[in-house]
Amino acid sequence: MYKKAIYSVLSNEPLTNGVYRMVLEGDSQWITRPGQFVNIELEGFYLRRPISISDWSDNTITIIYKVVGRGTEVMSHMGAGVKLDVLTGLGNGFDADADCQKPLLVGGGVGVPPLYRLAKELIARGRKVSVVLGFNRADEVFYADEFKALGADVYVSTADGSMGVKGFVTDAIREAAIDFDYFYSCGPLPMLKALCGCCEQDGELSFEERMGCGFGACMGCSCKTLAGNKRICKDGPVMKRGEIIW
Amino acid sequence: MAKIYDTTVELCGVKLDNPVIPASGTFGFGKEHNEFYDINILGSISIKGTTREARFGNPTPRIAECRSGMINSVGLQNPGVDAVVAHELPELRKIFRKPIVANISGFSIDEYAECCAKIDKQEQVAIIEVNVSCPNVHNGGMSFGTQPEMAAEVTRAVKAVTTKPVFIKLSPNVTDIVAIAKACEEAGADGICLINTLLGMRIDTMRRRPVIANKMGGFSGPAVFPVAVRMVYQVANACSVPVMGCGGVESASDVIEMMMAGATAVQVGAANLKDPYACKNIIEQLPQEMERLGIERLSDIIGIVK
Repeated sequence: MYKKAIYSVLSNEPLTNGVYRMVLEGDSQWITRPGQFVNIELEGFYLRRPISISDWSDNTITIIYKVVGRGTEVMSHMGAGVKLDVLTGLGNGFDADADCQKPLLVGGGVGVPPLYRLAKELIARGRKVSVVLGFNRADEVFYADEFKALGADVYVSTADGSMGVKGFVTDAIREAAIDFDYFYSCGPLPMLKALCGCCEQDGELSFEERMGCGFGACMGCSCKTLAGNKRICKDGPVMKRGEIIW
Repeated sequence: MAKIYDTTVELCGVKLDNPVIPASGTFGFGKEHNEFYDINILGSISIKGTTREARFGNPTPRIAECRSGMINSVGLQNPGVDAVVAHELPELRKIFRKPIVANISGFSIDEYAECCAKIDKQEQVAIIEVNVSCPNVHNGGMSFGTQPEMAAEVTRAVKAVTTKPVFIKLSPNVTDIVAIAKACEEAGADGICLINTLLGMRIDTMRRRPVIANKMGGFSGPAVFPVAVRMVYQVANACSVPVMGCGGVESASDVIEMMMAGATAVQVGAANLKDPYACKNIIEQLPQEMERLGIERLSDIIGIVK
């Protein structure tokens, strides 16, 4: 169930050059699963900005976003107390109850944030969680320590080798010979594709698309799957590996 | 004692509690918005554009943001008329008790006729709205709605196989909207709905390519409102059939302006995507806007501006 409500910015701070963490104060009861997203109205912009939920408490929602255009640029300047009109609890999210013992979480760039709450939930269920975080450079890396603090085994890859394994997330998975029986992933499409190309395990992947409404009405973000046509915003953004048509 | 403000209108014998109708393609088959509010407050609903065969539509990205609006290039994604009749309409019936507007598209005269004949038999359908903005596959892909004779041909074909009021939904991407509206009226149209989206384009200057996969798409949103009011005004003055106004409507004040221009009912499109409560807010604002403007009966102001 999703809902529209007014939230107030509690904090908004840079994690790296260009990536920000914003904590919104307001009711989080409509969020039911990690991997769901919010859709934020910004004054002066016609469409809302869909942003994945990184974590939540009873009265806060944490989002981590990258400045990629004028809308997110405006967001990055928002101070505490700014009121935002937000659609919350959107999308299906990850299934933290999937049948597995040793899940691997693979995040690329701003695909990392939704995996944070997922890691928390998996660890709370007694799973042995490994996390691979992929970035371009060391100065873009965020949340490696936060995942470690949850008790996950964390591996980092950077394209230029300035931190962790040099290369892509798939290189880190191979090099560390990570033992996993299921995976959850969010990141750029080439990364998701490469991940599925390098392992046989079943898993769930979160996809992005330009959206109109964010709640399934406009068919702006449709994709074809083996389980029929799906809307990324409503039937996704998370899809099962077995239904994806690459 | 609070005054009663009469928001009812009548469209070809179909009585609506209020003139507010979500426009086709912005409201699916009602299910998504019904999660936000009880959609039975609406005057009616214009359902997702339906074609003879199921269509996936265009490649993504299908959406581009604009100043004061958006471009969409969904490409008429829908499950096809048989699935709409078998599944979508019964599902909609469970959540929406009022008569609906069925929006039909086609790529040939035969397809329009076949599709409309099927939808005409559905009890919950009160009005058939024919989208003539589609390309004619038998005529080099030229849109049916760009030439009076082609629009009239669609109208005649649909009227020949239907019993319900037929509204032709016109494209604004033409040189003379009045000539097309009049051709449809003469061919038997019971009403005119306008405007569909304006052809638009955005470019991703960083990647040096169009934002939309299909390059161009339909521009809608508040920026098109003055164009819509102008075209509603021109058509309402030139034709004697009722007009459904559509284009950039965001508020009760916009609804009233569109009605003063000549619209009997008013469709709300892109606003439903930006704010899922758009139609609900408009309907709730209507009485106070009527009070402010000294209107007791909404139907009194239809086409009042000469």
